Amino acid sequence: MLRYLARRLIWAAVLFIAVTLVTYVLFFLIPADPARLVAGKAATDADIKRAAHFIGTDRPIYVQYAKFLSRIVLHQNLGHSFANRQSVNSIVGAAAPVTASLVLGGAIFWMLLALPIGILSALRPRSLLDRASMTFVLVGISAHPIWIGLIFAYVFGYRLHWFPITGYCDVINPATDCGGPVQWAYHMFLPWATFAILFAALYVRMIRANVLETMNEDYVRTARAKGAPEWLVLRSHILRNAMLPVVTMLGMDIGLALGGAVFTETVYSLPGLGKTAVGGLFNNDIPTVEGVIVFATLAIIVFNLVVDLLYAWIDPRIRLT
Amino acid sequence: MALLEVRDLKTHFRTDDGVVKAVDGVTFSVEKGQTLGIVGESGSGKSVTCLTIMGLNSKRNTISSGEAIFKGENLLTMPSNRLRDIRGNDIAMIFQDPMTSLNPVHRIGVQLVEAIQLHRDVTKKQARLRALELLKAVGIPRAERRIDDYPHQFSGGMRQRVMIAMALVNDPDLLIADEPTTALDVTTQAQILKLMTDLQEDFGSAIILITHDLGVIAEAADDVVVMYAARIAEHAPVDNLFKRPHHPYTWGLLGSLPRLDADVERLVQIRGQPPSLLNPPRGCRFHPRCPYVMGICKTVEPELGPAGDDPDHVQACHLDVETKDREAAKVLAGTMAEAS
Repeated sequence: MLRYLARRLIWAAVLFIAVTLVTYVLFFLIPADPARLVAGKAATDADIKRAAHFIGTDRPIYVQYAKFLSRIVLHQNLGHSFANRQSVNSIVGAAAPVTASLVLGGAIFWMLLALPIGILSALRPRSLLDRASMTFVLVGISAHPIWIGLIFAYVFGYRLHWFPITGYCDVINPATDCGGPVQWAYHMFLPWATFAILFAALYVRMIRANVLETMNEDYVRTARAKGAPEWLVLRSHILRNAMLPVVTMLGMDIGLALGGAVFTETVYSLPGLGKTAVGGLFNNDIPTVEGVIVFATLAIIVFNLVVDLLYAWIDPRIRLT
Repeated sequence: MALLEVRDLKTHFRTDDGVVKAVDGVTFSVEKGQTLGIVGESGSGKSVTCLTIMGLNSKRNTISSGEAIFKGENLLTMPSNRLRDIRGNDIAMIFQDPMTSLNPVHRIGVQLVEAIQLHRDVTKKQARLRALELLKAVGIPRAERRIDDYPHQFSGGMRQRVMIAMALVNDPDLLIADEPTTALDVTTQAQILKLMTDLQEDFGSAIILITHDLGVIAEAADDVVVMYAARIAEHAPVDNLFKRPHHPYTWGLLGSLPRLDADVERLVQIRGQPPSLLNPPRGCRFHPRCPYVMGICKTVEPELGPAGDDPDHVQACHLDVETKDREAAKVLAGTMAEAS
């Protein structure tokens, strides 16, 4: 177990370096000078040079990267934004809760949708419900989140006035007068729904397939032969096994999505990580982008580890060695 | 009255290609404490017969008819909650593949306790004691510790022992064993078979033993049903079947037993393939593969009835009894050389 953890942590470090390094190299390849942006519109060549020296872009890329890395490792400091000199730690710190709200709430949303629909359509294949849910899956997978977001915003926000179209309210310590759990959930409802559609569709399909497959397992027949009633067969024998891969997928998808749900955040103007990263990209603001990427990488690494540990716990056949 | 009386049992499956008549008019009975062997090739309907009796076929595409009277009640028509009371309690079943028949995510103790508590109003503790007792009875070493192991920690033979323990845990009157030894290696097969016959004496259960292995039948069965293409070809007490087999298909099965004394290039086989049950041959279903085929075989389906003077020995073949005895003697002369 300890050896397993040690090996996983070493791999995590390798992954972390690979991801951040590639980002640095990509930025270096972009033919734009962040110093010019920092120096302002009317800057002279000397001004730009001074700006470049100030933000460090006059040094070779490996020096820049080494500084970035040592700052993180030694001081847990992501540096300062090129664009506005704000601390990247605080930029990411402000954006992360927004994305976390969106992703975790969205995950609950999509599981609440996908579990009953997936299970019911597996129990009644080719029924009307099954066909309807498969149509939903097709639409959910095919429709772009931007389009879904715009439609939801138009119908439920603009036309029906059921939910606000934009804005984010903090759950705790609100900076504005809009805040608290109720306002937070109220403002997040449409983003959750939008974000959840694609995943709900994918998960309905996966849960249905898993349940259908597990229903034909020999041990399910054994359970029936023992005289177990159908609800018990479903709960204790079919679902207990069919949900194993779903748990894995859920953990990995949440980890992945924490890096920023760009489309949903853009449609609903949520100041989350996705929006921050896109803004940073437009400004050639490498510290901000790297900050989001560091956070996303850590989220993925942590969630994958959690999934592995969880899996070993719920599936007795898996041993961590 | 017999413990289980199956009369004209038919199980048809609706498929995209048409109706598969997997069991097509099967009649037999099982007496208390006796062992009925059902033997036949893959796809001859042996397993489906038993799954139908247990009500374990998928409801959606199955049409069953006929009767399966167990202790005076028809299993095929009773309400599903009554059938659930009987399943695992009065009739228990062991399946072919012990590797996949136990739930991989539950400890075996939990699975045994579940089987007990579904039918007995006992505490978990009492059920666990009973489970332990059964695990010991089926010869699981260090049962006190192994009861908390998961199925993947057991070998195939040990898992089948667990399955047997789980089947016997409620003292069933009838145990249906669907090829219980097929997935096991030969030494384990013998152990499991001996275990089943020993336990039968202790528990007094009747057994339906499904197999394609005539060796298993010879060792364990009292009565034998030979099935071919969803119907019964021959039904006889075990001694009669091996001494005086009446059906050419049975001869084929006996003739294809591997022999150790003769140095042969390849095993004897019954030529041809089992027929499609979507569209079985007219007349006798075995006629396309039968070396003794006559004109009548192609048009008239033979009735199941006694060939000689023994009313307990029935078969479905048009050959006259003299020819049968002559040909059977030839076949046996070949196989018995090995047995003696």
